[in-house]
Amino acid sequence: MYWPDLIYAQFRRVGIRQVGYVPDAGHSRLIELCVNDPNIHDVVLTTEEEGVGLVAGAALGGERAALLMQSSGVGNCINMFSLMRNCGFPCLVLITMRGEFAEFNPWQVPMGSITEATLKLCGFLTYRVGEPDDVDDIVGGGCDMAFGGDLQVAIVLSQRLIGRKEWTK
Amino acid sequence: MLDRREFVQKLLVDRKDLLVVSGLGSPTYDVAACGDHPLNFYLWGAMGGAAMIGLGLALAQPSLRVLVLTGDGEALMGLGSLATIGVKRPVNLAIVVLDNQHYGETGMQPSHTRAGIDLVAVAKALKRCCAPHAAFSRRSCDQASVHGGIAQIDSNIAVVGATLVVAPLRVRAPGDRINGARSGQS
Repeated sequence: MYWPDLIYAQFRRVGIRQVGYVPDAGHSRLIELCVNDPNIHDVVLTTEEEGVGLVAGAALGGERAALLMQSSGVGNCINMFSLMRNCGFPCLVLITMRGEFAEFNPWQVPMGSITEATLKLCGFLTYRVGEPDDVDDIVGGGCDMAFGGDLQVAIVLSQRLIGRKEWTK
Repeated sequence: MLDRREFVQKLLVDRKDLLVVSGLGSPTYDVAACGDHPLNFYLWGAMGGAAMIGLGLALAQPSLRVLVLTGDGEALMGLGSLATIGVKRPVNLAIVVLDNQHYGETGMQPSHTRAGIDLVAVAKALKRCCAPHAAFSRRSCDQASVHGGIAQIDSNIAVVGATLVVAPLRVRAPGDRINGARSGQS
């Protein structure tokens, strides 16, 4: 199975009902799966920090939520992550990396090069996936930590896993 | 002009199982002043996030009504969330903005609404965002319109769709000072 499908299967397994995202090419397939799932509220965000509020509201209402974003989006969330630490909400964020492997866009590098450090400073347990074969296990483990333990978990999907971004005419 | 404590008290007096999310600053004081309630979620940070918390809650609990009660500064910091809410348009969500045109906790500096930025017009421009109601105009904030507006909010929470109401409030600080003194006024 294609690795985004494995992530989606983990979402189904743990009963995630709300998925917030600012679209990213690396998340296209997973976004599509969530949008097409009538049991998931797919919520397209104007900025990634909105997703943090969404997760908090979902948790208050007894539902599980996940956030999908690109590494640049992590920078937009920093203060809002205080909600997670102060209130102890379960939080699962899946991040597609830019600014590392074969990145041609220099604008991606400043945030891409500090993404994991930023997440850790914000109190997230942060795990990196570099190989397709590791996706299922690491995402599954992350889900169980977030929702079994009310923990804040970030899973970083390496740029090498996602593949080179090709600009074609 | 409406008195904020009176307005919020009237809003919540018959709340039943209404879930309330209060934005940081004066709105949290206003809601707490009505009496602590297990269905209140008070914010004292996460500025700009109140409406989105309301959205997540409304989506998770479709059979309950959710009220986000926040200030103009906090609402302005999360302006984009009105668009996000407009896409999902949960019928059980209402957002009430207590608009005193100032940032209350930091010295009563004027906010964007003081300069004429019109949140109701923003909501209307977003069209699908809400059935926006300028239930309280600056020229007719008497008792009747308060009651009428509150009744409208209640029915709108139940029926019409995500609703945004801007309640213009009496501003207690004198003048239009930038970096006004921190006198503890609300």
